Order: sequence, then structure tokens, then C-alpha cells
Amino acid sequence: MRRFVLIAIPYFWLLALFLVPFAIVFKISLSDIALSIPPYLPQLDLAKGWEGFTKFLGALDFENFKFLMMDDLYYKAYLSSLKIAAISTFLTLLIGYPIAYAMTRASEEWRPTLLMLVILPFWTSFLIRVYAWIGILGQEGFLNQTLMFLGLTSEPLIILNTPIAVYIGIVYTYLPFMILPIYSTLEKLDDSLLEAAEDLGCSRIKAFWLVTFPLSRGGIIAGCFLVFIPTLGEFVIPSLLGGSNTLMIGKVLWDEFFSNRDWPLASAVAVILLLILIIPIILFQRNEQKQRESEG
Amino acid sequence: MRRLTWFNTTSLTLGFAFLYLPMVILVIYSFNSSKLVTVWAGFSTKWYGELMRNEAFLDAAWVTIKVAVLSSTFATVLGTLAAYVLVRAGRFWGRTLFSGMIYAPLVMPEVITGLSLLLLFIGIGLDRGVMTIVLAHTTFSMCYVSVVVSSRLATFDMSLEEAALDLGSTPFEAFRLVTLPIIAPAVISGWLLAFTLSLDDLVIASFTSGPSATTLPIKIFSAVRLGVSPEINALSTIMIAIVTIGVISASLISKRAAVRQRLEEQQAVRS
Repeated sequence: MRRFVLIAIPYFWLLALFLVPFAIVFKISLSDIALSIPPYLPQLDLAKGWEGFTKFLGALDFENFKFLMMDDLYYKAYLSSLKIAAISTFLTLLIGYPIAYAMTRASEEWRPTLLMLVILPFWTSFLIRVYAWIGILGQEGFLNQTLMFLGLTSEPLIILNTPIAVYIGIVYTYLPFMILPIYSTLEKLDDSLLEAAEDLGCSRIKAFWLVTFPLSRGGIIAGCFLVFIPTLGEFVIPSLLGGSNTLMIGKVLWDEFFSNRDWPLASAVAVILLLILIIPIILFQRNEQKQRESEG
Repeated sequence: MRRLTWFNTTSLTLGFAFLYLPMVILVIYSFNSSKLVTVWAGFSTKWYGELMRNEAFLDAAWVTIKVAVLSSTFATVLGTLAAYVLVRAGRFWGRTLFSGMIYAPLVMPEVITGLSLLLLFIGIGLDRGVMTIVLAHTTFSMCYVSVVVSSRLATFDMSLEEAALDLGSTPFEAFRLVTLPIIAPAVISGWLLAFTLSLDDLVIASFTSGPSATTLPIKIFSAVRLGVSPEINALSTIMIAIVTIGVISASLISKRAAVRQRLEEQQAVRS
């Protein structure tokens, strides 16, 4: 009995506030927009029981989803989000891996400090960290002033409100998510494996590619998912740094909801985004489970 | 064997410069006396004064702190419970679903979580305000707490708890007197994590708050959309300072506690 209560409390909390809301999003994505409060016409009327359900099935026209397919704004926004998320995940890996690797090479006394330096930005406000780049990347920003002072460019570079600024923002804010899992797998690596490889005639670089890199795969996969999945639906970064030139689905959903007040369409956008995300989320959880099992 | 090559040193230097320079620049410009954020016109603390007189920001800060304290406390209780269930309860019906619901919110895009919670609150006719933000924040923070706590519980020596049970304590006493003190550092860092997540959150709060409750991130976001402002720089500097002091002192305290524990263990072994 006690065991049942212990399990039931967090279980029902998550069911009620995590799973049920998704069901509601799905339901509303099938209804029509209306000028009322709340601004949609419910299609599924559960109070009418079975009759309501059959009526709902009969009236089901997937109108919002059809609209999403027809209008190429949405289709382009999904593709562009996928592209931005994939490229920035790759860039984050490219920058994060050498940092994580160097951290494990540092002496024992230094490692906790380095680790804290990576974690510290994670504790500071995400919004502020994105905001900091507005002042740097603007036309009269710090970067352009420095470049012009050094004589590297004569005219200010236009970076803010372009996709480049979005890439910079994503790499900057998500870098700790890439470094930490890679660091934790690299740290557990047995040094004697590398020594053995070098004794057997491997060069240091070859030993890295044949031993270190494959053994850090778990961390790389975890890091990539931790960057890729949330970036796909990112809202703050594209809306502050990307300007109107950057199309990302998180921003489309936000505008659809807050500006156009088309709740059914916003819900349909969310449902499709969720469908795109299900596979990476499942893969991520599998990877986490495998990591935990190999540790235990 | 382990040594830093020039490549390692360069990547560390460049990496940390990349992570910290933007914030350093932000802090420096918060002391700029010019309204134009790009031109340096001398040292001044006037923006901090302006900020202190800005009622709207102060109100928002108060709402934000209230939400963060409440939601992180609820999240810590629920998250610890969830971690306990995840690690200890063995097999039960729907366990996969349960662990899925713990891990999915960690990576779920905030726009989806926010939208779905808002539609739930409207569906059940809950007025949007401080309470709904607290419910929303508790839900996603508890997952972070339970991940932090369950990784500590997984390495926990079960025989300690079994010994307490053998010696006649009830399961609850065993949890309170044996398990809880040992996992306490993880529970505390879980609370801190939940607290900062709540302080930071813009997207979910925007969806779930009503006109009666504006949090600081919502306020900052609407100000920042119009461009860089020195007042926001000052506000950011204060927030960065609080977090830095908090994180450094927390790590010093936990380091000291670890040293003390080691000394006590050595003494116990000797006697």
C-alpha cells in the first residue's frame, strides 16, 4: 500500500501535467478556429458520450494539418529549423570536444575548477546570455568596433539578424551541454589503453582516433541529442538574434499563438514538431539507459 | 602521463574566452554613463539607481522569486520521490512510461511544454497567475531534480538502509535518518537547479502567466526586443553576480563538508 502511494504521487503528477496536456494539444489541433474565448470550436464533445465521439470522427477533416502542408511557410520553417539545429549541433561538437578533451588532460587539482567554469554559465540566465550577443554582434557593436579599429574591415559586418548570429547564439548557450557528457565519458577512460596503443606503435593522433574517440561515443551521442532536440524548437535565440530573416518553427508557433491567436493551428504546429522529435527523444533515452547500465 | 599539449591549452583558453567574454563585456557596459550602449562615455553607476527606482522591474522580481521558491520546493519533494521510485521501486506497471515522462521534459522544446500546459489550464478553467506558473515550473523542474537525485541514489549502499531496518526502525525512519542525510547534497543541488531554472524561464512562464503575474524574464524579454538598454545590462550584472557568488560558495561549502566527512571517517577507523 505504501509503495503504491509512493509511486502514485509523482506518477499522477506527471500524467496530469505532462501527458494529459499533450492529449489536449492533439485534440485542439483537430478543432477549428473561432472568434470566442477560448478561440476555438471544440470538435470532440465528450459530454455527449459515444454519439459525440462518432460525430467527431465524422467531422474529422485534419483541416489544420492540411493547411500546414499547403502553405509552404510551415514546411520551410520545419526544414530550416532542422538545418539550423543540425549545423549548430555539429559546430557545438567541433568546438566542445577539444575543450572537454583538454579538461581531462589537465592536472587533478585543476579539473574541479575547470568543470565549475563550464557549469557556471549554465546557472546564469539563458536570456541574459543571448542578450549579451546583441550588443556584440550589432552594426555598431563590440565586434564591429574591434574589427574596424584593427583595420580588418572598413565597413561594419552585418551579423545580427542573420542566421549566422543564430548559430553563434546556439553554440554559445548550448556549449556546456556538449562539453559535460563528453567530459564525463573521457574522464573515465583508462589511460593504460592509450599507453598500450602507443607501446604497440600508434602515433598519438592515431591512438586518439582508434582508442579515445570511439570510447567517448556515448558522451558524444548524449551531447549531440542534448543540443539538437531543444534547439529544434528554440524560440529565444531566433527571435532575439535571428531577425525576420531566420525562419524557425518555435518562433512560428509562438507567433501563431500570441500574434494570430490561432490556437488550433499553433497546436497542429506543435503536434508535428513533436512527431519529428519522437525518434531523437527515444534514441536519446536508449543512449542514457545504455550509459547508466555500463556504469552500474 | 597526462599532460597538456599546446593544442589543449589553446582550446581551453579560446573555449573559456568564448564562454566568458560576452558576459564580461555586458558587465563592463553596465557601468557606462552613456545611454548609447556602444559608446563608452565614462564610469557611472546611474543605471543601477534607475533600476532600483523602476517599480515594474521590482514587482516582476518579487513575483519571480516567489514562483522560484515555491516551485523549486515542490519540485524537490516530488523529484526526490520520483528518483526513489525510479531507483528503488523495482518493476511496476507502466515503469517505462514513468521513466519516459521523467526524461522527456529535459529535452522537450519549451514552446510545446508551455502551449500544452496553457491549454490544460484553460481546459480545466484555472485562472492564470502565480499559481499556474508554479504548477508549470514544478512539473519540468521535478524531472531535473529526479535525474540529479537518482544518480546519487544509484551509487548508494543499500546495506546501510537494510541495517537500519534490521535494527528496528520503520521504513520512513530509515529514510529520514539514514538515506536522506546521505543523499542530502544531491537534494540540495537539485533544489538549487530547480530554483535557477525557474528564475530563468521565459517561454513556459509567458504561456502560463496571466496579466496579473509578470515575471522578470518576461519583463526583460519585452525590453530587450527593442534593443540593448543599459538598465538591462545593470540588471544582468546583478543577476550574474548573485549566481556567481551562490555557485562558488555552494561548491566551497560542499568541498569543506566532504573534507570534514573524510576526517571523521578516518578518526572512526582509527578509534
